[in-house]
Amino acid sequence: MGIYDTQGRIFDIQRFSIHDGPGIRTIVFLKGCVLRCRWCCNPESQEYKIQTMLRAGKLETIGRDVTVREVMEEIEKDMPYYDRSGGGVTLSGGEALCQPGFARDLLCACHEHGINTAIETTGYAKREVLDKVIPNVDYVLMDIKHTNSKKHEAFTSKPNEIILENAKYIASIAQDMTVRVPVIPTFNDTPEEIRDIAKFAAKLPGVMKLHLLPYHRLGRDKYTGLEREYTLDNIEPMPQEKVNTLYEAASESGLIVQIGG
Amino acid sequence: MENIKFVIEKSARIDKLIEALYEKMPEIEADRGVLVTESYKATEGLPLVKRRSAAFAHILRNIPIVIRENELIAGSTTVKPRGCQVFPEYSYEWLEAEFDTVATREADPFYISEETKQKLREAYPYWKGKTVSDLAKANMAPEAYDVFMNHGIFTVGNYFYNGIGHVCVQYEKVINYGYEAIINEAKAELANLRLGDGDYVTHRNFLEAVIESCEAVIEYAHRYSMLATELAEKEHDMGRKMELKRIADACAHVPEKGARTFFEACQSFWFVQMLLQVESSGHSISPGRFDQYMYPFYKKDMDDGVITIEEAQELIDNIWVKLNDLNKVRDAASAEGFAGYGLFQNLIVGGQDIYGMDATNDLSYMCLEAAMHVPLPQPSLSIRVWNGSPKSLLVKAAALTRLGTGLPAYYNDEVIIPSIMARGLTLEDARDYCIIGCVEPQKPGKTDGWHDAAFFNMCRPVELVFSNGVDKGKQIGPKTGDVTEMKTFEEFYDAYKKQEAYMIELMVNADNAVDAAHAMRCPLPYQSCMVDDCIKRGKSLQEGGAIYNFTGPQGFGIANMTDALLAVKELVFEKKLVTMAEMRDALAHNYGKGLRGYDAEKLTMEIAEKVVANGSGLTEADIKEIYREVTTGEYLTAGTKARYEEILALIATVPKYGNDIREVDLFARDVAYTYTKEVEKYKNYRGGLYQAGLYPVSANVPLGAQTGATPDGRLAYTPIADGVGPVAGSDKCGPTATANSVAKLDHGIASNGTLLNQKFHPSALAGIAGLEKFVSLIRGYFDQKGMHVQFNVINRETLIDAQKYPEKYKNLVVRVAGYSALFTTLSRSLQDDIINRTEQGF
Repeated sequence: MGIYDTQGRIFDIQRFSIHDGPGIRTIVFLKGCVLRCRWCCNPESQEYKIQTMLRAGKLETIGRDVTVREVMEEIEKDMPYYDRSGGGVTLSGGEALCQPGFARDLLCACHEHGINTAIETTGYAKREVLDKVIPNVDYVLMDIKHTNSKKHEAFTSKPNEIILENAKYIASIAQDMTVRVPVIPTFNDTPEEIRDIAKFAAKLPGVMKLHLLPYHRLGRDKYTGLEREYTLDNIEPMPQEKVNTLYEAASESGLIVQIGG
Repeated sequence: MENIKFVIEKSARIDKLIEALYEKMPEIEADRGVLVTESYKATEGLPLVKRRSAAFAHILRNIPIVIRENELIAGSTTVKPRGCQVFPEYSYEWLEAEFDTVATREADPFYISEETKQKLREAYPYWKGKTVSDLAKANMAPEAYDVFMNHGIFTVGNYFYNGIGHVCVQYEKVINYGYEAIINEAKAELANLRLGDGDYVTHRNFLEAVIESCEAVIEYAHRYSMLATELAEKEHDMGRKMELKRIADACAHVPEKGARTFFEACQSFWFVQMLLQVESSGHSISPGRFDQYMYPFYKKDMDDGVITIEEAQELIDNIWVKLNDLNKVRDAASAEGFAGYGLFQNLIVGGQDIYGMDATNDLSYMCLEAAMHVPLPQPSLSIRVWNGSPKSLLVKAAALTRLGTGLPAYYNDEVIIPSIMARGLTLEDARDYCIIGCVEPQKPGKTDGWHDAAFFNMCRPVELVFSNGVDKGKQIGPKTGDVTEMKTFEEFYDAYKKQEAYMIELMVNADNAVDAAHAMRCPLPYQSCMVDDCIKRGKSLQEGGAIYNFTGPQGFGIANMTDALLAVKELVFEKKLVTMAEMRDALAHNYGKGLRGYDAEKLTMEIAEKVVANGSGLTEADIKEIYREVTTGEYLTAGTKARYEEILALIATVPKYGNDIREVDLFARDVAYTYTKEVEKYKNYRGGLYQAGLYPVSANVPLGAQTGATPDGRLAYTPIADGVGPVAGSDKCGPTATANSVAKLDHGIASNGTLLNQKFHPSALAGIAGLEKFVSLIRGYFDQKGMHVQFNVINRETLIDAQKYPEKYKNLVVRVAGYSALFTTLSRSLQDDIINRTEQGF
């Protein structure tokens, strides 16, 4: 049994992704997450178990078990585009760190093929998991959603202490890391809150960039499809002026701030 | 901030010119039609080629001339903006028949005054039996003519009714040396003729026709010089007076002699471009490598400090506007095939020079800038991409793509150069290729490419397999046997190839008949004097005077046929889920969705006859009711209809072309070979080769309307897949997967061109990073030997329109969150969100 036989559970592979890391990328969405962020635009990713979702009037099975070899077959199809654009593969989810063995082997397989790797992560994992996975990642995109643990818990179901600790550790071992902040009205959309996050991020070793991801409700229909309630239903996407104000607040930290992925 | 090279401010003049151009509906003018008739009547006794030059000279001496307000460059083929002239020597009956409907038809309407109608009615009787079209018909084998006219399997209509065009002449020769030099060349050739040469007569006649044509052009430019002088005298605005005087000076000098400045080069270029479209009605008169032959003049003026970059840009922009001033009226059916008043004047920038070095210069960028300043359909702007193309040029091209005009089209040197070398071009000539019309490569100034020889509908042969060669009750194809008796898929596929090969032979017969008719009725001495080696050989292009001669008919429907053949293979032969008889009936009954036209009438009669045979009487109302049921599908039993729905559902489960599935895509490659390899077996009337193209322009819609249901689940009368792309909506894995599938076709063998359209949401091109990634997408496709790609960028207005008229946008894919979806299937509020996101651009 080599790394190519390792099994994992994914729910999607999205090719030609251009908003999740450098260049043209293929995103592998791993199934299962520890957090339950209320704005999550991929709610079908949260449960590890394979489930069904109603989409455009059709019942779809969400989740399938695959080997690294099978995923690589799909990934390799876009090699010319990775080469030309400086792109590669991004593991997303769900939370890729919830399947550390599969994540590590998939990342190693990418490196064997000379493919750049990235991960989008909540950072919520045990230290040994980080040691297993992060050294195989060329570029880490890590979310920091709030500096206040209570509020973090209220909107994501988990407090933030482990995340903030892990942020420091990941920054210390990662080759390259960018902090991402999903900006959610009523949760973290004041200049103070964004300023605090940026201040924290700026102190992380080697972190130079911060991405603000303004709230959108494009995942909303999926909640209905999963027969779940969308608890942010009365929230509107932010006007551009507000995004600009937050951009200014974040920039005070000295980080290079970007709106969107 | 986005750092894009050569962002140059647009002169206020340009928008004024555009506005004036589009003020009124285009109009048909009678002058050329009347003048050519007068001349032909007066030259009955002359040799043909001299009648042609005499007619051309008579037209240029007498056609009204105008200089439009604000324009810097003079020369218009019509008095009214975007007007068109007529060319009765090619054909005229269709226009006469459309006199009262041409202004109100849906595709490309033209206004025509009663006075014009009257003048043309007087001129037309002379042409009865004398047109190219009449002779082409007579030249064709009767079975080829029948299939062309009555069965919609292929059409050679473009050159059957019109001039050929599809050429890039030696603009640089005229701009650098003037027609004076060409006249001298012809005179020297005349002096060298040996009196004992067997072709002395034809050679002499041709050279004299060339001289007469060039002299007429010089005289025509002098008319403009005089007009500009007159207008300048009357002009009160000092600025405009100077501009008119400059035009007067230029037209007195060019195109008679070589241009002295960039401005004169522009004026000289323009005369060549417009007068080719007075001599003949052929479209796709392509300026080719404009950035190359114009550059020395630009460089010299810039070095000498006699022009600013803004002034140079304004002149280029003005040419762009004027390219949209030229127009052409086509018959109603052709107008649908070329919808949008297209003249396909293809102008290409970038690429390699004849030594294999990168040829990009300032003008390459400025042409892209002009297309941003003048967001109109002409010229069909193209860009050559090779491994050494500067990134900044491609990024600027991507920025132009982002504007959503569909320009530029991207071409791959790394595929096209070897592809045309395999057709006999030298390395240097191949490196110097330009694009003609839509996507057809040729060496400018040496080629008669006949690039738009025909459209061949690759879906029709499969219908003939099911009908054993019968169409509309007539045996038009070979008898390939009862389809239900076929034991293997190979047998079925062979029958397809046999039907296709026979139809290709008929198409070749029709094309060669048309080709011969042009040589015998309409040689073009003016066009020919700017293509090698017509002067040396003493022959017009139409008679085989060019160094490279080709005929390029386009096949289309690869995606449908790939999916269709695979559906038959899997469902009928392998899994045996559908019997061949069921498939045949499902197709014959359009999967229960109702029939139209001939099919509906025939079935109505069959049903009626059965009823009568059973002894019941039928009233007219009964027959109308049967017909109604036939057109809606109600005549079928519920059980039959349900089975057809099941068959459609089964077809949907078969893997489809366009999803980067290796086996499927390699089969598509083979399906394309059934056309390309068959076509290249043939030779044309001018002694050149046939070479296939793979694309339908917009003929996939009108020819789809004449095509019955196909086994890929395509309903009868609906469009056939566009270009070499997948069936709309069947590619579900994003643009890289589509591109990878298409790249698996053998583009090199389709040396008359292939065409891939991709649709994009502008968010994919946001910011400099978006543009760079977009360039990488093109690069990645071209690394895999794709030949051509162009993009439709969907803007906010399109999305709003799609909300209003979802039926028009069934296949519009947008990126939602982590997945893409058909826009029209999303909830209203989600659609609104996406529309807003488009505006914000993230």
